[in-house]
Amino acid sequence: MTATTRLANPESPSGSVSSVKSFNTAKPIQGAPERKPRYRSTPAPYLFVAPFVLLFVVFMLAPMVVAIYQSFFTVKRSGLGFTGGRQTLFAGISNYLTAFHDHEFMTSFLRVLMFGVIQVPIMIGLSLVFALLIDSTLVKFKKTAQIIVFLPYSVPVVVAAIMWGFLYQPGVSPIVKGLKSIGVTVSFLSPQTVLWSVGNVTTWCWVGVNMVIIFAGLQSIPQDIYEAARIDGAGEFRIAWSIKIPMVMPSLMLTVLFSIIGTIQLFNEPSVLQSITGNVTAKYTPAMAVVNVTSQQNNQNLGAAMAVITALITLVLSLIVSAIQQAAAKKEARS
Amino acid sequence: MSAAVSQTQPRDLKAMRVTKETGAGVLRRKTGLRRSAQVKHGMAIKVSLWSRILVWVVFIVAFFYFVVPALWLFVAATKNAGELYTTGGFEFAHFRLWENIRNLFTYRGGIFARWILNSVIYSGFGSVITALVSAMCGYALYVYEFRGKKIIMGALMASLLIPATVIAQPVYLLLIQLGLGNTMAGVLLPSFVYPFGVMLCYITAQSSVPKEIIEAARIDGAGEFRTFFRISMPMMMTGLATVFLFAFMQSWNSYMMPLMVLDDPNLYPVTVGLVDWRNQSSSVAALGTLTITGAFVSIIPLILIFLATQK
Repeated sequence: MTATTRLANPESPSGSVSSVKSFNTAKPIQGAPERKPRYRSTPAPYLFVAPFVLLFVVFMLAPMVVAIYQSFFTVKRSGLGFTGGRQTLFAGISNYLTAFHDHEFMTSFLRVLMFGVIQVPIMIGLSLVFALLIDSTLVKFKKTAQIIVFLPYSVPVVVAAIMWGFLYQPGVSPIVKGLKSIGVTVSFLSPQTVLWSVGNVTTWCWVGVNMVIIFAGLQSIPQDIYEAARIDGAGEFRIAWSIKIPMVMPSLMLTVLFSIIGTIQLFNEPSVLQSITGNVTAKYTPAMAVVNVTSQQNNQNLGAAMAVITALITLVLSLIVSAIQQAAAKKEARS
Repeated sequence: MSAAVSQTQPRDLKAMRVTKETGAGVLRRKTGLRRSAQVKHGMAIKVSLWSRILVWVVFIVAFFYFVVPALWLFVAATKNAGELYTTGGFEFAHFRLWENIRNLFTYRGGIFARWILNSVIYSGFGSVITALVSAMCGYALYVYEFRGKKIIMGALMASLLIPATVIAQPVYLLLIQLGLGNTMAGVLLPSFVYPFGVMLCYITAQSSVPKEIIEAARIDGAGEFRTFFRISMPMMMTGLATVFLFAFMQSWNSYMMPLMVLDDPNLYPVTVGLVDWRNQSSSVAALGTLTITGAFVSIIPLILIFLATQK
């Protein structure tokens, strides 16, 4: 490896003064002749990036390669039980076929899709409403309001899921008991409702964070625009609807993108609720299916194939959302 | 509201007129708002009583939804297993909080304290290293031109799109092959890779370390590393603190990775340990109380830090 570094430009007779100048111009001025970089031999930049690059290669790049590689193989156990030999065979796409024919795994995608379609709009909607209210002149107690909505952020998702688990559990839950005393019987853990109980934990945990992101977007809108709108006779609601929401769209889309990625990854909340109900099955979400197949069924090859499928679907969805985002931005720019 | 007369000193005539009409001055005096429109421009619109009531209702409901469950956790942490079922949710029985906490820290030779310590190691120590690794890389990307720089930048951008959960299984497979399964290193090492942190450090270096200063340090004969550790890194401290905080929260929340990697309960972080207790609580009733008390104890420091940083 030749460790060479460009520190100054060659046209300068002495290095120090003009190198400062060359630092300030990141790119050569258009039309100016291309400057040839002068390299000073120093390993410093490589030593600086080495720890990260090394860790990145080992714990990000290599795992992906290993997972893709493993997904095309299968382990054959010959003989009886543990005494038999293990043989790794090339399996082609058979792991992928198995994954696609795994009814539970495929259902888990539909489940998180349904979850995403219902829960994400509710969560982002709530975040937007709280952000708009706190940003408006209607709310006097801004700091307190922010603390109330943002407080769940300091509770780890797993702990929140444990806590809500108790609040869902008949016998312990003050909600179930309270409703029962007025003659209403609810079950948060039935096959039909448990998905929304999971969604409630997610909402509880993430409304605050999303609100803060949207609120930061709102704060960066120049206040003069509101004044102009008020002179034109717009009320708070009209300002929120016609000015704030369109202007905060980039932040809003960002929270939507994060939430969609988060939904496909859904793991912590449902797997904690597994401890109190059998209605959260082992392969309830794609991520749970991957872990279940890898750890419990000990089929790492099939698990790898499922992880690759999940990654690809996540990627496609992220790309679709960011394409929509960019199309919206272009439309905004044109109008 | 519109009849309210302002006692404050409006900055200009327009503001005075509007203030008298709408009571914005009263609003301003009571709230002490600095950034809102009516202070800045002396303009405010009429706020009807009904919208005021509506806002109050919204935030009272929000209080019940976001805060009261955490308060329930406190009430539940003062009860024993029997009282949890027999008494009302927000009704105190015998106040057994201290007794529960004592049980929590003595159960199985104080394994809960061990979990807390593990979480502190994974998150505290781990995030310091994460911040340092990110800072060095982000700084080098800003200061130097070198071969491979573009590749690193590209890889960073691409990896921001890879969700943590998706990469967890492949990382687990690799850790097993490296013989790092069921070790602390197996949890720590992957957490050092934080592309978002590198990007943040790159941006921080751009905005807070002038290249003239680095050049001056070089002229004075300081080596590249000395320049970084003694001059540039202190200038990047705000950004480093942000990276540390983000990395800390992420790793404090982390559950899936340690769950897959670790088998030995002595190495569990609090999250994995508590869920383990929760899973056993259906057969061992006492563990239900310990889980609740443990959950309560584990979030107290976080909530206190959170409230402190809000001021």
